[in-house]
Amino acid sequence: MTDRAAAATVVRPVTDAWPRRTRLVEHSILPGLGLSLGVTLVYLGVIVIIPLTMLALRPWELGLDGVVRTLTSPRVAAALRVSFGVSLAAALTNAPLGLLIAWTLTRYDFPGRRLMDAFVDLPFALPTAVAGIALTTIYAPAGPLGALAAKIGLKTAYSPLGIFIALTFIGLPFVVRSIQPVLQDLDRDVEEAAQTLGANDLQRIALVVIPALAPALLSGVSLAFARAVGEYGSVIFIAGNMPLKTEIAPLLIVIKLEQYDYAGAAAIGLAMLAISFGALAGMNAVQIFLARRGRA
Amino acid sequence: MSQLALPPAASTATPAVAARPIARIRLPGIAPLMLLASAAVMMGLIGLPLVVVFQEALAKGLPPFLAALKEPDAIAAVKLTLLVAAIAVPLNAVFGVSAAWAISKFEFRGKSVLLTLIDLPFSISPVVSGLVWVLLFGAQGLFGTFLVDHDIKIVFAVPGLVLATILVTFPFVARELIPLMQAQGADEEAAALTLGAGGFTTFRRVTLPNIQWALLYGVLLCNARAMGEFGAVSVVSGHIRGLTNTLPLHVEVLYNDYDSVGAFAAASLLAGLGIITLVLKTVLEWRHAGELALGHRS
Repeated sequence: MTDRAAAATVVRPVTDAWPRRTRLVEHSILPGLGLSLGVTLVYLGVIVIIPLTMLALRPWELGLDGVVRTLTSPRVAAALRVSFGVSLAAALTNAPLGLLIAWTLTRYDFPGRRLMDAFVDLPFALPTAVAGIALTTIYAPAGPLGALAAKIGLKTAYSPLGIFIALTFIGLPFVVRSIQPVLQDLDRDVEEAAQTLGANDLQRIALVVIPALAPALLSGVSLAFARAVGEYGSVIFIAGNMPLKTEIAPLLIVIKLEQYDYAGAAAIGLAMLAISFGALAGMNAVQIFLARRGRA
Repeated sequence: MSQLALPPAASTATPAVAARPIARIRLPGIAPLMLLASAAVMMGLIGLPLVVVFQEALAKGLPPFLAALKEPDAIAAVKLTLLVAAIAVPLNAVFGVSAAWAISKFEFRGKSVLLTLIDLPFSISPVVSGLVWVLLFGAQGLFGTFLVDHDIKIVFAVPGLVLATILVTFPFVARELIPLMQAQGADEEAAALTLGAGGFTTFRRVTLPNIQWALLYGVLLCNARAMGEFGAVSVVSGHIRGLTNTLPLHVEVLYNDYDSVGAFAAASLLAGLGIITLVLKTVLEWRHAGELALGHRS
């Protein structure tokens, strides 16, 4: 799966808020705190914290000017624009598609429902390079869907549209798996009350179902977006990688590394992280607002 | 139709309320439309790539397909992929169990920071997960000169591939176990200890049976990602054929050489891995729903 997380793992139960206390460690009769926490902290330090500290430190050997110059150079700026712009478009497209599939999976019973349910996770399970070459073959000018698109004058593979298709493929499970449990648990009484009160189906969906789903939908879209921004394997084959047009930011990191420009590569990596966290924090704030309003 | 699907007791009472899929009754016009649209999206966007992999791999028949898999470079790539996963997955599993034990059985300050840090690798681009190891161990990295002086190879060699894979798959086991073990609490372990069991016996006889399916689930996902990882390993591999090319990188090399059958034959192995993972994951979700983390209960 699955990839960056099983879509299912995406919805994680909120940890219980623990009581306020002043002691560093609460007393427990269970053994092994020292060993397990020790192993955890050492491993976390070696695998995550030290390497990411390097990422945060390395760009500054260029000086602030150098970092700004790297990030605003036409090629890097264009790549960042492509990465974040197309990722946003794909994540937003995933919202209606994910809603459609989650709705079908939770509200209807039909032969093959469980198969369809299992296959939602395929983009997680299929290694990205495999997805990349398969999507490229499908959407290449000679491919089955690429030829179809070419007939109506659309260039799919080797264009931003190709990147968009790959990122939509990668992001879909995040949205489906985020809203599926909420849709399942949605109180049918509320919907039926709306119907009893004379709401038609469209009103029922627009005024009752969608507001209840909004926080989960937004969380799914954020996860799809975050995944899309960093995605590499499924995109580089279909993108065509033309400078200023279809280069994505992760590819520019690879190119900088090949030129032994470590600091420049680290600067792009750090900028991607910073922009992603900013965007996610923003979406998180909206999500908290929606959840509060939903409860009130 | 929907009436027939109801249990007899319900149909005599208030069928419309008792019937589970409301929309099937109330929206006869829309239901087939939704089904059709969903099926189209699933097949066109999700299913077609899978079909294409096998179709292209077998485009020239079975013999070239088999020949591509018997290439020495392909066999070396398969072996390397298995080796990397065999190191990375157990390490991450041990880490996941320790982290989950510490977090779920004890109360200490800074726990939420720890949880955030454990999840952090999921929000990093795979390319960045490879880049950080180059920054540390590459020729111009922090330890670059030291490693060259002592003739130790990490980047562009197997250790780099392992480190990059570990970073990318770091949270999988931990995040399966933590919510489950938090929900289970520490009462059973406390009872075992009170009855005189030792710490390790308690873990083996009480904790492990409680978490075995979730652990397997986490390991399954971790392994699938470890074997299929592309971005992170491509940064640290150096693409030395037969030496540092894992299976996904082998796919890339062949594809860029216009060896379509070879690339898709190797890709079909990875697609097979993906399908097996999906099947096992689905079986675990059906059979052991109660013993997995809340998010997977369907």
